[in-house]
Amino acid sequence: MREALEGSQAIARAVALCEPDVVAAYPITPQTHIVENLSELVAQGDLHTEFVSVESEFSAASVVLGAAATGARAYTATASQGTLLMAEVLFNIAGMRLPLVMTVANRAVSAPLSIWNDHADSMAVRDSGWIQLHATSNQEAVDTTIQAFRITQETELPVMVCMDGFILTHTMEPIDLPDRMAVRDWLPPMAFSRSLDPERPLSLGMLVSPDYFPEIRHSHHAAMQQALAVIEEVDTSFHSRFGRAAGGLLTVEGDPEAKVGILAMGSTVGTLRAGMAHYVEAGPARLITLRSFRPFPAEALREAVEGLDCLIVIDRAISPGLGGVLGTEVAAVLSQSARPPHILNHALGLGGRDIPETVYVDLLDAGRDPDAPRFSVFDADMTKLAPEDR
Amino acid sequence: MTDATRLAELRQKFGRVPEGPSDPKPGTVSPREAQPRFRGLESGHRACQGCGEALAARLVMECAGPDVIVANATGCLEVFTTAWPQSAWRVPWVHSLFENAAAVASGIEAAMKARGKNTKVLAFGGDGATYDIGFQSLSGMLERYHNVLYVCYDNEAYMNTGIQRSSSTPHAATTTTSPAGKERMGKRHLKKDLVSIIAAHHIPYAASASVAFPQDLQRKVRYAMGIEGPTFLVIHSPCPLGWKHDSRLTIDVARKAVECGLFPMVELERGSLSNVMPIRQVRPVTDYLELQGRFRHLFADDPRAEEERAHLQALADYNITTYGLTGGDPDNADTVGTAAVGRGGHPAGRLRP
Ligand SMILES: Cc1ncc(C[n+]2csc(CCOP(=O)(O)OP(=O)(O)O)c2C)c(N)n1
Ligand code: SF4
Ligand SMILES: [Mg+2]
Repeated sequence: MREALEGSQAIARAVALCEPDVVAAYPITPQTHIVENLSELVAQGDLHTEFVSVESEFSAASVVLGAAATGARAYTATASQGTLLMAEVLFNIAGMRLPLVMTVANRAVSAPLSIWNDHADSMAVRDSGWIQLHATSNQEAVDTTIQAFRITQETELPVMVCMDGFILTHTMEPIDLPDRMAVRDWLPPMAFSRSLDPERPLSLGMLVSPDYFPEIRHSHHAAMQQALAVIEEVDTSFHSRFGRAAGGLLTVEGDPEAKVGILAMGSTVGTLRAGMAHYVEAGPARLITLRSFRPFPAEALREAVEGLDCLIVIDRAISPGLGGVLGTEVAAVLSQSARPPHILNHALGLGGRDIPETVYVDLLDAGRDPDAPRFSVFDADMTKLAPEDR
Repeated sequence: MTDATRLAELRQKFGRVPEGPSDPKPGTVSPREAQPRFRGLESGHRACQGCGEALAARLVMECAGPDVIVANATGCLEVFTTAWPQSAWRVPWVHSLFENAAAVASGIEAAMKARGKNTKVLAFGGDGATYDIGFQSLSGMLERYHNVLYVCYDNEAYMNTGIQRSSSTPHAATTTTSPAGKERMGKRHLKKDLVSIIAAHHIPYAASASVAFPQDLQRKVRYAMGIEGPTFLVIHSPCPLGWKHDSRLTIDVARKAVECGLFPMVELERGSLSNVMPIRQVRPVTDYLELQGRFRHLFADDPRAEEERAHLQALADYNITTYGLTGGDPDNADTVGTAAVGRGGHPAGRLRP
């Protein structure tokens, strides 16, 4: 049954459907409504969980780490500064290969202070070893959240579900929440192979000498590679149980004959889709939605760009001194293709700058311009900058 | 299965408790092995000789285990017990980071609660992990009233990284970041009064203990284990390497710290002092200081040295007055170790009604 729900409220309800044993979180815009809604569900008796109201994001991550280590199903959520405060723990969780689910309500990172959306926060921890899935809509965020609990259980790797702050978290949309019993049926009871248990004592998080460290990192990388198949399988299984998929590793739409492609993650995809429908005269394009940023689906991406002359990669983050983050990675992966497309990389919507539908037209125009820079902060208005800063 | 039978089984399985009539052939089992106590922390780890922290942790585990889960902060204890692929722990044990043991323990405890288990959660940290970098997460854990016993192994510096000062380092002690020289007489600041800060959370029980008084230490652990709610124990644990004393002298040094009043042994319940270990013959602080290289500069022919010795004596006197540490009559059962202070192991203390 479809209900009109705010993104955050929908996420809280989806988390509740998965019946976590322990939830720990600390409020930060634009994640706050998720925590508030979860608290409300607990207060109303609709969610039976140990809700730990911690004194910081650092402790939120540490609390769910401890809970997960005992084999409990655990959940947390954060954004922006909170993600960075958690950073040390996030690497630790992944390095210990603990099953956990976290929502990141993507927001820019200070300074300058901005509460609005971009992807700087989750990008800052992209090398932590977490699975990172991006949702393009609230329905996808809901479905991905439920899937994440199954993925984390099957892979014993933590899963971060990224959804754009405000654009998704604070938007009301009709949402179809799966039935509680159906989720219970689809999501197996929590089980963790290396749990802390007095009946089978083991030590977790030990000191590792150079004799073993590279092997451990290798196996983490290998586990992430194997997770690619799990992410796809879980989405397929979800589709056959609930009647809709949430984007697999990546999806391809638009004109299959088009020579220009646009690749994006998150809610930008919705804007581009609308632009493509409204501005047909701008020309055809292939639209590629990357859902799984980590693990990076290199093989699927190479297939998805086949036949393209030009690929425009949209970044909602910047690595100052280099350029885009996603764009750089896509270029690296496609450099191994037989006939890679020409890659243009544009950062868009940093710090919550609105992305209008017309951006579709502007991007395609830039794609046709032989003098277009390979990287730009596309929507930066140079007239606002002193000449020496341009 | 009742908790009692489960516990008995666990002891049997992991505790190396001799089976059957415990009368091993002389020479086959060492006296220590033959003792029917739980060995949650095994021998064979890599601590330095005479390490107070290793001893303290063993004493804690003996009466806390085996139905426990330990969250251990980064530091000597973590490093010397768990060099992959070997571990000295016979209980489930997790190390995450330097500053989050209390929060990790909170999460473990929340999971136990969610699953209706009675397993007690312990958090272990050094003084750096507790007084300094993990202070916030500890305060949060106490405030949220998690059923966790937090044990701080206080060796008064960051030993694992090579003896740097912490807020627990005593005034005037030298460390690699508070050296003595022409301009300085070691650490310029005071040792943080952590027990008072902890007690101000009005938790059920907070106490200090010392490796020099094992029965007292274990009584405090047992008492804390029996409480449902947050409890805290700081254990004075000499570090021969960092304090620069002979490794034979660990117990002696620890005892003198208590006997001179520099390390007061106190118990606080819900924020109020409920018990102290009285000192029957108070020693001058110099008896304690002179054993340790970290205070050597205080015995130089230098007026500043004299001033600092007096300062430390004043700090000890302050503790003695504040906590009322003097008193207690000699006792027939007094031995060398207990002659000067009230014996540990008393089920009820002086102030407890
Ligand atoms: C965030 C962070 N900062 C610094 C360190 C380095 N470090 C590891 S252990 C340690 C000192 C530990 O001191 P303490 O807690 O007193 O334990 P001890 O080794 O003395 O038993 C330090 C500084 C770290 N691991 N993590
Ligand atoms: S340095 Fe000190 S605390 Fe660390 S193992 Fe050696 S004696 Fe123990
Ligand atoms: Mg220390």
